[in-house]
Amino acid sequence: MSTNTTAVDLGQDREAAGEPLLQVENLKMHFPIYAGILRRQVGTIKAVDGISFDIRRGETLGLVGESGCGKTTAGRVILRLYDATGGRVVLDGVDIPSLSGEELRRIRPRMQMVFQDPHASLNPRMTVGSIISEPLDEHRQLSKRERRERVEELLGAVGLDPRFTNRYPHEFSGGQRQRIGIARALALNPDFIICDEPIAALDVSIQAQVINLLEDLQQQFGLTYLFISHDLSMIRHIADRVAVMYLGKIAELAPRDDLYGTPKHPYTQALLSAVPIPNPEIELARERILLQGDLPSPANPPDGCNFCTRCPVATDICHVEDPAWREIESGRYVACHHAV
Amino acid sequence: MQANIETGPGILDVIDLKTVFATREGHVHAVNGVSFYLKEGEVLGIVGESGSGKSVTMMSLLKLLPSPPAEITDGRVIFDGQDLLTLAPNELLGVRGRKIGFIFQDPMTSLNPVFTVGYQLIEPLRKHLGLSKAQARQRAGELLDLVGIPSAADRLKDFPHQFSGGMRQRVMIAIALSCDPKLLIADEPTTALDVTIQAQILELVRELRHKLGMGIIWITHDLGVVAGIADRVMVMYCGLVVEHGAVKDLYNSPKHPYTRALLESLPSLDSNRAERLNSISGQPPSLEAEPSSCPFAPRCPYVFDRCRVENPVIRAFNGGSEDRQVSHDVACWWDVDLGAPRHVD
Repeated sequence: MSTNTTAVDLGQDREAAGEPLLQVENLKMHFPIYAGILRRQVGTIKAVDGISFDIRRGETLGLVGESGCGKTTAGRVILRLYDATGGRVVLDGVDIPSLSGEELRRIRPRMQMVFQDPHASLNPRMTVGSIISEPLDEHRQLSKRERRERVEELLGAVGLDPRFTNRYPHEFSGGQRQRIGIARALALNPDFIICDEPIAALDVSIQAQVINLLEDLQQQFGLTYLFISHDLSMIRHIADRVAVMYLGKIAELAPRDDLYGTPKHPYTQALLSAVPIPNPEIELARERILLQGDLPSPANPPDGCNFCTRCPVATDICHVEDPAWREIESGRYVACHHAV
Repeated sequence: MQANIETGPGILDVIDLKTVFATREGHVHAVNGVSFYLKEGEVLGIVGESGSGKSVTMMSLLKLLPSPPAEITDGRVIFDGQDLLTLAPNELLGVRGRKIGFIFQDPMTSLNPVFTVGYQLIEPLRKHLGLSKAQARQRAGELLDLVGIPSAADRLKDFPHQFSGGMRQRVMIAIALSCDPKLLIADEPTTALDVTIQAQILELVRELRHKLGMGIIWITHDLGVVAGIADRVMVMYCGLVVEHGAVKDLYNSPKHPYTRALLESLPSLDSNRAERLNSISGQPPSLEAEPSSCPFAPRCPYVFDRCRVENPVIRAFNGGSEDRQVSHDVACWWDVDLGAPRHVD
């Protein structure tokens, strides 16, 4: 417990110094491909290929991209559910990839995750009470009564009836299950939560409930979120800053209103123009940028800019040189040769 | 029998369709009296959340649901002067794929992985249209070309796993279009796809629709997609049609509290960002029995006494814009514009 308090004190010092809660620098996650009888490595899938960003305390960073762009992998590497191939992840001054065994275990309570599929991420043979109290058993020494009180408190916080403790996940609807997943993530008072497509499996009318809950909890507990989603309109609602990923790299990172107002990267522009808007008049009048073709394979990304095969404004340089990650205005980063 | 069937305004007329699933836990009333029509060359969007009965309705039209457990207990489906529900199984085979094309939701599972794409395209052409092998192969190549697959003729011998998700959905569309159907039913055809790929498919369908002039029923849960593609929209909830109207009417002035709430719960991409999303509290009721009161009543902000005892029938809403050729129908006892109960008996 004493190590914990010092960590918190240190955190407050850093907070005062205006340092971000999480710093990600040139993070890479490459998965080897094995083939043949001898299972020799024949290539690598560059799922995450050098991404960098900061997340400030109390803010929500949205990470958007299409399926296969590496956004979920990025989230998992940050929490060290995978061991990174390279790069740094610094949570409150602690470099996560370099931690070993017990040190890593000690920092785990500070960072948690809410998973995409509420049907797959809860063990069907455990009661809701034991699902939520499992992290408490692992990381806190609580008496039986304290533990029960904490579980009931958490259920209340996510808007479920505390009497549900002894029920099983199958007795709940999708939205309620996602609330259970959120309660589990909150159990250890984390600072930082990665929400990996938490609403993708839910119906429209339930999505809004869960998003409102996440926002309330952020206010209440001062949480910092990395919100991973493919839903651009939801990201616009929840995020303070937004990073757009494409094929393992971040194409553009900007404050929300700037990104949606004046997108700089041609991929961001195309992505925004492809989102259907529930208004027939706008839909009719809208000009769309249609991208040709599909996402290239991350095992065999194109030379130069990874977007050059589908980019409507690509020129010769784009096929040769990988664009640098540059800050074109204060706080706005773009990886494109042509962005101004 | 056949002579008595009145022909509606369009190519498809569905009247009071009801489908019930008999499960071990009891009956599930998935579709509770759905009526609609489709005119030639028109796109009808059907919107609803999961469990609202939109897919079951469409599967029932062609008797694609295994029976048991599914049973169509009532209703008529008039297509091309025939009631599809009374057709013998082998007669139905001549309608499925030939006159009515079907695109299923998941392009990953709806193609057979052990046959080439060419084989799967050629099969209906040979069977329904009686083309020779060579003719069918040529037509299959043209179809793949039509849906925008590059070097189409060479790709006929590829297997589904050699195509990406968007490309597979194009293949599904090509198969559905192969026999020049009069009606195309698309069940969440873009839900499993990314937005940029979805935009490509939507563009393709807009184009094909004008080229081929068939009627399309487009099922989705995405109100944005419907706004961009449909002429008319039908909103379903608990196996019932709660609102129907021309796309502009329905989006500009939704009359059913459920439609309103759905539209309000969406975060917007273009207008001001709301501080908080309007959510619909609660969740849809289970469908153990046919609804006897309004199924939306427990979640409805405008609920009053009548809603809890009597299920509103869908009826044309009186008043509205002057150029309206399509009636705007709503199943609700409350008039949201007036802020008072609707004057109906």
